[in-house]
Amino acid sequence: MNWPILSVVTFLPLFGALLVALFVRGNERLARGTARWIALWATLVTFAISLVMVWRFDASSPEFQFVEKYNWLGIASYHMGVDGISLPFVILTTGLMPICILASWSAIQTRVKEYMIAFLVLETLMVGTFSALDLVLFYLFFEGGLIPMFLIIGIWGGSRRVYASFKFFLYTLLGSVLMLLAIMAMYWDAGTTDIAALLRHGFPIGLQKWAWFAFLASFAVKLPMWPVHTWLPDAHVEAPTAGSVILAAILLKMGGYGFLRFSLPMFPAASHEFAPLIFALSVVAIVYTSLVALMQEDVKKLIAYSSVAHMGFVTMGIFAATAQGVAGGIFQMISHGIVSGALFLCVGVVYDRMHTREIAAYGGLVNRMPLYAFVFMVFTLANVGLPGTSGFIGEFLSLIGTFKVNIPVATLAALGLILSAAYALWLYRKMIFGTLKPSLEGIRDIGWRETVIFAPLVALTILFGVVPKPVLDMSAASVAQLLDNYNHAIAAAKTAALIAQ
Amino acid sequence: MNEYPALQDLMPMLPELVLACGAMVMLMAGVMIGERSAASVNGWCVIILIVVGGAVLWVPPGPHALFGGSFLVDDYARFLKLLALIGSGGALLLSLDYLTIEKQQKFEYGALFLLATLGMLMLISASDLIALYLGLELMSLPLYVIAASNRENLKSTEAGLKYFVLGALSSGMLLYGASLIYGFTGTVSFAAIAKATQGGAGIGLIFGLVFLFVGFCFKISAVPFHMWTPDVYEGAPTPVTAFFAAAPKVAGIAIFARATVVAFPGITHQWQQIVVFVSIASMALGAFAAIGQRNIKRLMAYSSIGHMGFALVGLAAGTPEGVQGVLVYMSIYVAMTLGTFAVILSMRRDGKLVENIGDLAGLARTHPTMAFLFGVLLFSLAGIPPLAGFFAKFYVFLAAIKAGLFTLAVIGVVTSVIGAYYYLAIVKIMYFDQPAQSFQRMPMLLRVVLGVSGLVNILFFAYPAPLLGAATVAANSLF
Repeated sequence: MNWPILSVVTFLPLFGALLVALFVRGNERLARGTARWIALWATLVTFAISLVMVWRFDASSPEFQFVEKYNWLGIASYHMGVDGISLPFVILTTGLMPICILASWSAIQTRVKEYMIAFLVLETLMVGTFSALDLVLFYLFFEGGLIPMFLIIGIWGGSRRVYASFKFFLYTLLGSVLMLLAIMAMYWDAGTTDIAALLRHGFPIGLQKWAWFAFLASFAVKLPMWPVHTWLPDAHVEAPTAGSVILAAILLKMGGYGFLRFSLPMFPAASHEFAPLIFALSVVAIVYTSLVALMQEDVKKLIAYSSVAHMGFVTMGIFAATAQGVAGGIFQMISHGIVSGALFLCVGVVYDRMHTREIAAYGGLVNRMPLYAFVFMVFTLANVGLPGTSGFIGEFLSLIGTFKVNIPVATLAALGLILSAAYALWLYRKMIFGTLKPSLEGIRDIGWRETVIFAPLVALTILFGVVPKPVLDMSAASVAQLLDNYNHAIAAAKTAALIAQ
Repeated sequence: MNEYPALQDLMPMLPELVLACGAMVMLMAGVMIGERSAASVNGWCVIILIVVGGAVLWVPPGPHALFGGSFLVDDYARFLKLLALIGSGGALLLSLDYLTIEKQQKFEYGALFLLATLGMLMLISASDLIALYLGLELMSLPLYVIAASNRENLKSTEAGLKYFVLGALSSGMLLYGASLIYGFTGTVSFAAIAKATQGGAGIGLIFGLVFLFVGFCFKISAVPFHMWTPDVYEGAPTPVTAFFAAAPKVAGIAIFARATVVAFPGITHQWQQIVVFVSIASMALGAFAAIGQRNIKRLMAYSSIGHMGFALVGLAAGTPEGVQGVLVYMSIYVAMTLGTFAVILSMRRDGKLVENIGDLAGLARTHPTMAFLFGVLLFSLAGIPPLAGFFAKFYVFLAAIKAGLFTLAVIGVVTSVIGAYYYLAIVKIMYFDQPAQSFQRMPMLLRVVLGVSGLVNILFFAYPAPLLGAATVAANSLF
């Protein structure tokens, strides 16, 4: 069986989008329904095929698998493949998409056809980002994702959607174009843009530093890291629920993935040298944005700031460059993908009913929505990092990993855990407990469609909290190889420096 | 020397001959038959341009030098001639419905298009300073007239006059520069100038070079010689603006690159500074000045200034990769421009063309396909992957990075982000705003042009090999 499974997973959603674009016609009601069903089936089938990939994936090998390579641009080729680092993200993407489509089922009533097209195109671009093995191809997918997301925020967003969509687009673009220049410089140095080849190529230290900063510009905005995170709260608040979910769960992870795929292995010396900078920014992100989160009045904004704080753990873990740190960073991203996505879905549930995101507008929901209160609780606790939830594993591992390298940083970051408990539990108490607000008398608990959405997320949050092995095993071999190469490169650089002296 | 070239020796310039004869036949047909022939004459002109395109392809490859080496047909010339013909033909196609609807059908229109195009082809093949000037003037004079072709309209006549006065001035400067260069090197042939400047050049020659560049910059509307562009773009009839935006720029860039790369390789360092400055200034002005525009034709004027800046990034590198980048850039630029003007020409309400960007409000609701294709073009103009415009920028910056022009590259990409803002602003108006009154039905020809242009921009990434390959071959023939 030798069919291009990775390309199928990547481009199947695009095919679905084409189907919607070309064949969904006729009266409004019917067209809406058809568009939704096509989108749902396209994403479900994509998910099923991506699960076949998990099944056929050889986790013991650190090499790229399901590789496809065709001649394309001359300087760049169409080279796709996944390893233990990228596969979890691919699955996360394909797995969350059907959930997003379901979450938009009744929330989106205007321009449904365009909405579904935008989401399906976005899925293709996201999966492509994680599975591209050529820098130019990667950039194509990475940057292309801006267009559908811009439209999603701008067309179906809230009242300040225009501002938010422009800010999102221009911020991200500005970061990325600098990376593009670094990609070009790398091409002239190495003579190729093939990621597999570049991973073996040793870049001169001068280029490493410049390129490292250029990549940082792009990934720091995308992740986002403090102080370039300000687009995120705006984008999150204005985006429709499913847009927020995709933004938090997947688009942010592209930044972390980029650090793992490019910055750390390709510029090891620069990464080593500038790790303290990343640590500092991470700690600021963890502590400062947690404090900011405490002050929010808007539910989505609070979760957005908490995302920034959680991403701080990711960058800290990755640049600690220890086995635990990197594994923790990856796990934290997967876990955060599930948990923050689910939290935005939770907000979406009440927003669909009450059309406000103000924390003060809610209170005592447990009286009317017991099931919702339970679901929300699971994700809140996972967000806090309670042992037994997936959030704990990621934060714990990245903290241990950092502790081995830099104790003060780890200590300060641990402070962030307390702060996250403070704002998350405060939010939960405000919204769920207390006396029921009169305006909430008639609110309904989650229905069957919402239960279908939340059930797998709750299950995974708890499952990964108790048995993190599947995710960790999947990436173990690749992470080990990455760190092996990294440490070799650092050692070589040190010897070179000694000889020079 | 009494050597007259035999007829078969003239074969490499068959396209020009066909075009010249065609233009005259059309002119005569128009005069004989009278005004009622105008529509069919203009239609036939499109066919002539297509035939000329065929002739360009038919001429066997390999460099042919005619008239003592002043007229050169190499791969570079073939590539750019085709491109200029696509630009002219596309603009003429866009004109046909417009002229009928506006009751502006005149047979001179098509004939002037053909003559201007002839000038472009001559310019692209020019290989000495005399041929250069000949081609440039043959291209420019019909352009001045076409700009004023709507002679009852004040703005159109003003545009024509403005273009003429400034154009004449710039031609004069160019001529002055050419004579200085001739004076200091004793030759007009590019190849011989290259020999004379091998070991560097004195201040007098540099002086001449600068004046030469002034002429080029005027033709491609690069800053600081861009002032005429917004007014002429706004004033001229819209299909003429499309023509200005597409074809003459191709010819201008073509001769700019050929003259600098072929004639002055010995003093690359000197002209590189000028090109870098012009490039940065154009990119920056194009990006910032376009933000405040309300009129879409003026916006496109600033956008084209910016795009010329980006194309010059490739030239600044002065390498085969750079020239390849320029060629790719111009090809994609022509494709984007024609599609954009097809949209602008369809902005017709109650029989009148509207030109305000605000008139596009809610286009996604009223004309979804048109809005989608225009959106694609705008993202492509902004250089967002995976659309063609991204690859255009990619190749010029790739060359700049290789040549070590990091400052230029960084400023370039940053201005491209600023430029993205105003393209996004149009997308915003089309997709986010409440719909305004819908436009009239789009004429068939405009649909075809927009459709082809949109598809080229979307699908370029899937099969880029032909264009890239041809551009590489063409660029290498200069070095």
